[in-house]
Amino acid sequence: MTLLGRLSWDAIPLHEPIVMVTAGVLFVVLLGTGATVLLKGWLPYLWREWITSVDHKRIGVMYCLLALVMLIRGFADALMMRSHQAMAVGAGKGFLPPDHYDQIFSAHGTIMIFFVAMPFMIGLMNFAVPLQLGVRDVAFPTLNSVSFWLTATGVLLINTSLVVGEFARTGWLVYPPLSERAFSPGVGVDYYLWALQISGAGTLLGGINLVTTILKMRAPGMRYTRMPIFCWTALASNLLIVAAFPILTATLAMLTLDRYLGFHFFTNEAGGNQMLFVNLIWAWGHPEVYILVLPAFGVFSEVIATFSGKPLFGYRSMVLATLAICILSFMVWLHHFFTMGAGADVNGVFGVMTMIIAVPTGVKVFNWLFTMYGGRLRFEVPMLWAVAFIPTFVVGGMTGVLLAVPPADFVLHNSVFLVAHFHNVIIGGVLFAAFAGYTYWFPKAFGFRLHDGWGRAAVVLWVSGFYLAFMPLYALGLMGMTRRLQHYDNPAWQPWLIAAWLGALLILGGIASLAMQLYVSVRERRSLADESGDPWDGRTLEWATRSPPPPWNFARLPQVEGRDALALMKRGEAEATPDPLEPIEMPRNSAYGFVGAFFTYITGFALVWQIWWLVVLGLLAGFATTLWIAWYQPGEREIGVEELRALEPAA
Amino acid sequence: MSEQKGDRHLDHAPGGHKEGAARFSTYAAGLGLALLLTVASFALVGSGAVWAPAIPILLAVLAVAQMGVHLVFFLHITSGPENTNNTLALAFGVMIVVLTVGGTLWIMAHLDHNMMPMAAMAKP
Repeated sequence: MTLLGRLSWDAIPLHEPIVMVTAGVLFVVLLGTGATVLLKGWLPYLWREWITSVDHKRIGVMYCLLALVMLIRGFADALMMRSHQAMAVGAGKGFLPPDHYDQIFSAHGTIMIFFVAMPFMIGLMNFAVPLQLGVRDVAFPTLNSVSFWLTATGVLLINTSLVVGEFARTGWLVYPPLSERAFSPGVGVDYYLWALQISGAGTLLGGINLVTTILKMRAPGMRYTRMPIFCWTALASNLLIVAAFPILTATLAMLTLDRYLGFHFFTNEAGGNQMLFVNLIWAWGHPEVYILVLPAFGVFSEVIATFSGKPLFGYRSMVLATLAICILSFMVWLHHFFTMGAGADVNGVFGVMTMIIAVPTGVKVFNWLFTMYGGRLRFEVPMLWAVAFIPTFVVGGMTGVLLAVPPADFVLHNSVFLVAHFHNVIIGGVLFAAFAGYTYWFPKAFGFRLHDGWGRAAVVLWVSGFYLAFMPLYALGLMGMTRRLQHYDNPAWQPWLIAAWLGALLILGGIASLAMQLYVSVRERRSLADESGDPWDGRTLEWATRSPPPPWNFARLPQVEGRDALALMKRGEAEATPDPLEPIEMPRNSAYGFVGAFFTYITGFALVWQIWWLVVLGLLAGFATTLWIAWYQPGEREIGVEELRALEPAA
Repeated sequence: MSEQKGDRHLDHAPGGHKEGAARFSTYAAGLGLALLLTVASFALVGSGAVWAPAIPILLAVLAVAQMGVHLVFFLHITSGPENTNNTLALAFGVMIVVLTVGGTLWIMAHLDHNMMPMAAMAKP
C-alpha cells in the first residue's frame, strides 16, 4: 500500500458508468490508433518527422492538433452540462450526480483555457511567426520541442484523472479554502496543480522563445515597423506570458505547499488568507485573457487585409492599440472580484481602468471595418469567420464593459450572465480566430486547401449554435440564475436552458463539420492541391515560399523593402535580386523533448499519488536525460549549396 | 557581438563579452559585492546596532542594491546601444512588478473596507 502511495484499485471509478464507458471508448481508440501505426510501419516516420522534430512548423501543427483533440473532450463536458441543466428542474434529477457534475465544470474550464485555447494560439504563432518574419526557425528550436511536449504532458495528466482517481470539484481556478487538503482531501486538486505547473513551464519557455525570435531574428530589412500585425500581437502576447505565468506558478506553488506540507498561505486557520489567492490568481488570470485574444486579433488583421485585397487600415494605431492593451491588461485584475470587500476607491479605479481597456479594442474594430471599406472582398471561409467575429465580439465586449461597472457587477457577479459574457468573447474572439487561422494557414502547412463546403457549414453551425446557446444565458443571468447549478427549482428557467441545449447541439454539428472537412480534404487532396504556395493572394512573407515549406523555409532569406513585403514584391516595387545561394545550418532532430516529457509525466503522476520513490526516480531520470543531451547532442547539420540546389530547383 | 568594431568601446560594461581574464575579474567583483551585501544585512539585524524600526527599510535598501549587483555583474545589463532590448525588457519587468506588488498591497489593505470597525464590534 505504501509502495504505491495513495494509489489503489479504489481509484478506478467503476461505479460511474459514464466515466467507464468514456474510458472504454478512449482505450479502444488509443489501442486502435497505436495498432494501426505499428502494423502499417508508420512509427519510424512519426518518430523521425514529428515526435523528435524541432521544426517550428511541425511543432505548430502538433500544438493545433492537440488543441483540436482537447476541444472534443472539453465540448463533451459542455454538452453533458447543457443536457443535464435542461432536465434538472424541480422533481427532475438530471443524470449527473453532484459530485460528478462539479468535476465536469471544473474540467471543462481548465481544459478549454489551458489545453484548447492556449495550444491553438501558441500553435498558430509557432507556425506562422517565423515564416512571416522571413527566417528559418525560432531562436531555440530544441527548447520549442520541449515546450510542446511539456504541454502534452499536462494534457496527458489531466486525462489520466478521468480514469485513475478524480478531477478537482472546485471550479477551474481552485479557490481555497475549498481546494485545501481539509476540504478537498482527494487527488483531484493535485491533478490540477501538477498538470498546470508542468504545462505552465512549457508555456513560459515557449513565450521566451517567441519573444527572442521576434526581437532578434528577422529577415534583412524587416524593421519593427515593417512586421506583419500578427507578429506584433504575438510579441505582445508572449511578453504577457513571460510576465504573467511566473505569478501563476508561484500562486499554485503556494497552494501546493499548503496541501502537501501543511503550510498556511491560504487556509482558514493559522493566519492564512484565501483572499490573497484570489488576488494573485487574477493578477495572472486577467493578462491570460489578453494572451489569448491578442494573437486572435492578429489572425483577424491578417485575414481581413488579405481578403479585402488592401493593406491593413491604420497599421500604426493597430500596433499602439496592441501595446496599450499589453500594459493595461496588468491594471484591471480586481474586476474579477469586485464583491470581495474592497471599498469604493479601489473598485472605482479598477472599474474605470477596465472601461479604458475597451478603447484600444474599439480602435481595432474600426480599423478592421475601414480595411474592409472599399476593399475587393472575397468571402472565403477564413473571411467568414472574421465577419462573424466582429459583431459577436462587439456584443461580448459591451457586456464586459457593463460588468466593469462595480454596482452592476454586484448584481451580476457569479451569475450565468458572466458565463455568457466570457463565452461570448472567448468563442467569438479566440475560437473563431483559431478556426480562421487554421483554414487560412492549412494550405501553407500541407500543400492543399481545406474543403470549402464543409468549412462554410462549420461557420453557419458554430455561429448560429453559439448565439442560441449563449444568448439565453444573458437572460437567465438577469433573471437571477447563478453559475454551476447542478439542480434548480424555478421552472421559468427551463425553456431558456432547453434553448441553450439546442444551441449546444448545433455547435456539435459545427464540430462534426470540422471533422468531416478534415476527412474530406485529406481524401480529395489531389483536387484541392495548391501548387502556387500562395492560394489566397497573400500579402506577407509566409506566402513567398512553397507549400509545404522546406525545413529551412526560405532557400535564401527574403530582402524586405517595406510593409506587406510580398505584396510589394508582387507589384514589382521590390526587385528580387537573386543572391548566390549560401550553405544553411539546420538544427538536428532531438528526442530530448519527448523523453524529458515522459519522465516529467512519471514524476507528475507520482507526485499526485505521493509515490515518493517514483518521484525521486522520475526526477533522476529527467536530470540524467538533460545531462546526456547537454554532452552528446550533436549540434547543427550543414546543407551545402549543391545539396540545396538539388532540393530546391526553383531557387 | 564583439565583431561590431565601432560599438565596442560603447559596450564597456562589467562582464560584457570580453576576454576571459576580464570576465573573471568582473564576476569575482560581483561575487564579492553580493557577499558583502548579504553579510551586511545579517550583521545589521544580528548586532542590534541599528534602531529596530529602521531595520526593515534598511533590509529593503540592501535587497535592491543586491538586485542591482546581480543585474550589472551577472546579467550584464548596460546602457549601451546594443543593449536596448535588455534595458527595455528590464523596464517592462520592473513596471509589471510595481503594478502587481503595489496593486496587491493596495487591494489587500482595502479588503476590510466594508466591515464594521473592530472597536465598534467589540463594544456591544
